[in-house]
Amino acid sequence: MNSGRGADMPVICRDASGQPALICIAGVEKAFGGKPVLRGIDLDVFPGETLVILGGSGSGKSVTLRHIVGLLKPDRGMVRVGGVAVQDMSEDELIPIRRQVGFLFQGGALFDSMNVFDNIAFPLREAGWEERQVTERVPEVLQLVDLEPQVADQMPDALSGGMRKRVALARAIAVRPQAILYDEPTTGLDPVTSTTINELIRSMQRRLGVTSVVVTHDIDSAFKVGDRIAFLCGGRIAFLGTVAEARSSTDPRLRAFLEGRPHEEFEPG
Amino acid sequence: MTQLLRAFGETAILTWDTLRFAVRRPLELGAILEQMFRLGVRSLPLVGLTAVFTGAVMGLQVSYTLSAYGARLYVGSFVSVAVVKELGPVLTAVMIAARVGAGITAELGSMAVTEQIDALRALGASPVKKLVVPRMVALIVMLPLLTVLADMLGVLGGLYVATAEIGQAPEYYWAKVREVLTIGDLVSGTGKTFFFAYFIGIIACVNGLGVRGGATGVGRATTNTVVAAAIAIFISNFFLAKLFLFLQTTFGGGLW
Repeated sequence: MNSGRGADMPVICRDASGQPALICIAGVEKAFGGKPVLRGIDLDVFPGETLVILGGSGSGKSVTLRHIVGLLKPDRGMVRVGGVAVQDMSEDELIPIRRQVGFLFQGGALFDSMNVFDNIAFPLREAGWEERQVTERVPEVLQLVDLEPQVADQMPDALSGGMRKRVALARAIAVRPQAILYDEPTTGLDPVTSTTINELIRSMQRRLGVTSVVVTHDIDSAFKVGDRIAFLCGGRIAFLGTVAEARSSTDPRLRAFLEGRPHEEFEPG
Repeated sequence: MTQLLRAFGETAILTWDTLRFAVRRPLELGAILEQMFRLGVRSLPLVGLTAVFTGAVMGLQVSYTLSAYGARLYVGSFVSVAVVKELGPVLTAVMIAARVGAGITAELGSMAVTEQIDALRALGASPVKKLVVPRMVALIVMLPLLTVLADMLGVLGGLYVATAEIGQAPEYYWAKVREVLTIGDLVSGTGKTFFFAYFIGIIACVNGLGVRGGATGVGRATTNTVVAAAIAIFISNFFLAKLFLFLQTTFGGGLW
């Protein structure tokens, strides 16, 4: 096991004030079945910020997100988390990285053979927490996502879509990660539930100080939760800037997307 | 052809990973016991029913079809050898492939399409350790046990026919069983099922973990598992029978 691989390499991604990036994606290319999805993505995420990756369906947003925790390996390029290169790591080597970076899946991906308590306890037990600590921590994180402790006994299929997302978020933050990756957090939810999830993402950043990367095609959500926005189009970053810059951007592709108009570059490949 | 090679490659890799994780602590004893119950104990009625009626029908065929050759007296001999050496192991394995193999693929496949497998990985756990190892271990332990039980029930099925249908004395039937059946028959018959269990488990897990394309994908993978496992059982059975016959003739002593 070599979890320290790349730790001694210079961190090359820094912001204007010289602060090193927590997550650094450089020149990442990825193709599926010969069809290119990512054609060279460069993206830095700095500690404490919320970066939104905005883009249409099939633009490669979720694929980008999966590269950060090694669920996918790039064909080319480099991914670093906390200065450590993760792209060539084995599943064993990735475990410490994955404990630092929580992942909220689109449908929640709760284990449907376990109740809510065991779902949230799962990463804690995997990380070697004692049962006494687990019993204390589970109600704590349920409270953080605004759920009653009684929910712990329920099975995932008894929960609404919004509650599933909350439980999944509770599971993702249970081991106190430095960063949380959100894959389409508001997709499939009604507007009211979407708003509460957006607020929850904001509150995670405020209360826990975690770095967040949010993948979405929901423009409203992007502007509400993001500090910076990266617009993904045709497998490349077409725009990168603050929310204010995104609103006033004249980039024809971003404008077309924000106004809901089709654009020839929206379809990848 | 490429697909077949890929399937063999994936099977080999998963086999290696399963061996690696099977010996790595902590041993998932709770999960293994749960799977032994779900895959093994819950299969008892199905396996038992199959075995009793197979033994009984063998008894019928031997008594009536082969009666011209004077086989009626040897119902116990025929039934016990056929059941213990071939029918018990193979039919039990095929029934388990249908019930358990299909179940494993459907369960793991559904987990794959709902991103639960990715969630396991993202939470720092290994799907092989958490899902594959308990199922493989449970199958390799339970299938031979189920087979021994099927053997006994099959021979009892034959006993029912011999006594109720053709009026043999039970003592006579048992005498014929003991006359021909050796420990070697039981060893060669049951020994094969360790291999069958491996085939069923590994095929079911490879297919389940590799599911793409939603509910259709799960359905296709489940069908593939049953077909591939059945083929693997029948083909390997021939070669395993040859192997055990070779062992029996080469090292054949009093026991064999």
